[in-house]
Amino acid sequence: MSETIELIDKYVVKYGRTREALMPLLQAIVEEKNYLTRDDMAEIATRLNISAADVYGTASFYAFLDLEKRGKYVIRVCKSIIAEMKGKKEITKTLENVLKIKVGETTADGMFTLLETNDIGWSDKEPSMLINHTPYTDLTPDKVIQIITEYRNRH
Amino acid sequence: MNQSKLKRSDIIFGKYTPTDYNVLEKTVKRPPEEIISDIIKSGIRGRGGAGFPTGLKWKYAATLKSDEKYVVCNADEGEPGTFKDREILLRVPRKIFSGMAICGYVIGAKKGFLYLRGEYAFMLPQLYKDLEILDAKLKELALDFSIEIRLGSGAYVCGEETALFESMEGYRGEPRNKPPYPVVAGFRNKPTVINNVETIVTAQTICKIGPEDYANLGTTDSRGSKLFSVSGDTPIPGVYELELGMTLADFVEEYGDGDTKAVQVGGASGFCVPRKKFAETIIGFEGIPTGGSMMLFNNKRSMYHVLQNFLEFFCEESCGQCTPCRIGTQQLRDGLKAIKDKVKDEDYLETLLGLTETMKLSAKCGLGQSVANAFKSIVENFTEEMVY
Ligand SMILES: Cc1cc2nc3c(=O)[nH]c(=O)nc-3n(C[C@H](O)[C@H](O)[C@H](O)COP(=O)(O)O)c2cc1C
Ligand code: SF4
Repeated sequence: MSETIELIDKYVVKYGRTREALMPLLQAIVEEKNYLTRDDMAEIATRLNISAADVYGTASFYAFLDLEKRGKYVIRVCKSIIAEMKGKKEITKTLENVLKIKVGETTADGMFTLLETNDIGWSDKEPSMLINHTPYTDLTPDKVIQIITEYRNRH
Repeated sequence: MNQSKLKRSDIIFGKYTPTDYNVLEKTVKRPPEEIISDIIKSGIRGRGGAGFPTGLKWKYAATLKSDEKYVVCNADEGEPGTFKDREILLRVPRKIFSGMAICGYVIGAKKGFLYLRGEYAFMLPQLYKDLEILDAKLKELALDFSIEIRLGSGAYVCGEETALFESMEGYRGEPRNKPPYPVVAGFRNKPTVINNVETIVTAQTICKIGPEDYANLGTTDSRGSKLFSVSGDTPIPGVYELELGMTLADFVEEYGDGDTKAVQVGGASGFCVPRKKFAETIIGFEGIPTGGSMMLFNNKRSMYHVLQNFLEFFCEESCGQCTPCRIGTQQLRDGLKAIKDKVKDEDYLETLLGLTETMKLSAKCGLGQSVANAFKSIVENFTEEMVY
């Protein structure tokens, strides 16, 4: 919690104690902890002097502001029509197999969360996915396995 | 290989000198009225989809009196099949910043914002580096202007200009009623010029090459050239800059795989054109205007799946603020499936088409209003695929 308070202070200095600070603040906490807890949102509400319901209402609108516990690495596989045509299904299946979870779930060690998302802007290089902010394109099952292995080896 | 009938152009990415902001320097020495007049003369219209004449937008903003005005660059690029703004952001970001500063100078704004979709957050380190260079240049020119980057968080509707302002102000990305239009009351309810990334870069380019050279490109109704995001069943997916006014037949000859059955022009909110209409369809404001998404489908593809994918997209991305869109998108998705599954008979398609008309008339923003485009053009041209 104290780290959250530190973060909030930093952003309040930058944007002022205003409603406009809300999005950058929520984004910064997700950046740091990968999702927002009720406590975080309540703390932000107090600091910005708005209601907790308002904070929740705003956060829940945005797909990337996760309100459920997420892994250290959030994988979002693009599910646009072009991605589907280029083999997205196989990519998702491969990820489910190597991570041993289904779409929407998080691995037991808290490392990976697997999600699907709308067009991420790489229709010329599908299938594609984001791992946190990093895009991976022209995916094949082999490439996916290699990428996940690299992430695992970082630890 | 056949001689290509398409007219290629290279003004967006061409001649990028990474270290200088020469165009900006030269342009801000000219009177704002002269610059506005050049932008109007060039004939450029907005590249974000709606096609509003850019020069008129700037001119109106310049005439308004206000203590604060803003320039906002719309880099939300969420339309399925679009990725041309990504290439601009990655390859020529200084043209964007320099175009925003020129706009600020022209309309009398001291502050600019780049609203970058969350999916493009990986670009931030490089963009901040380029901004530092801009800041130094602005200081040298004694121009009172600065740019801040604000991030989106994965909501397609935030590309709609008023939803974008709501998001920047810290609220749910729900579109506002229009009027008032952004140019009168936009960000923080102050006069705001909001332009697509490509529009801003093109305006900057017009300042460089002059309106005459630019207006010579394209056709009378669709001046200039434009970036196209080409994807799907094509051997050469990518971003291409082409003069406006080409026929879809010529386009498909160049980019198709020899078996093209349909092209979705303008993304999920655009129109589907079947093969038999390729020759008569012109890409531009006199035919089908487009933000640049061109998705090609060959004979192996099921247009039913294409449409269901689009409908699922709209169901998820509807902001839920108005009933025709929130409920309508779900009804269309479920209704189409019911016909395919033989739970409903073919006549039900008429009911669904009627529903899209209602949405077009009564939805609050462009998202709900444009669902009819893809639905109608796919259902009417590929009825059998929907039913059997
Ligand atoms: C649902 C929806 C999404 C939109 N998304 C974008 C977008 O991602 N980028 C964009 O430039 N314009 C988008 N627009 C259009 C903007 O509302 C606005 O017209 C545009 O930014 C104006 O810039 P321009 O005149 O340079 O085209 C969207 C509109 C709607 C209705
Ligand atoms: S049309 Fe759809 S996206 Fe637009 S305001 Fe209504 S519910 Fe929201």
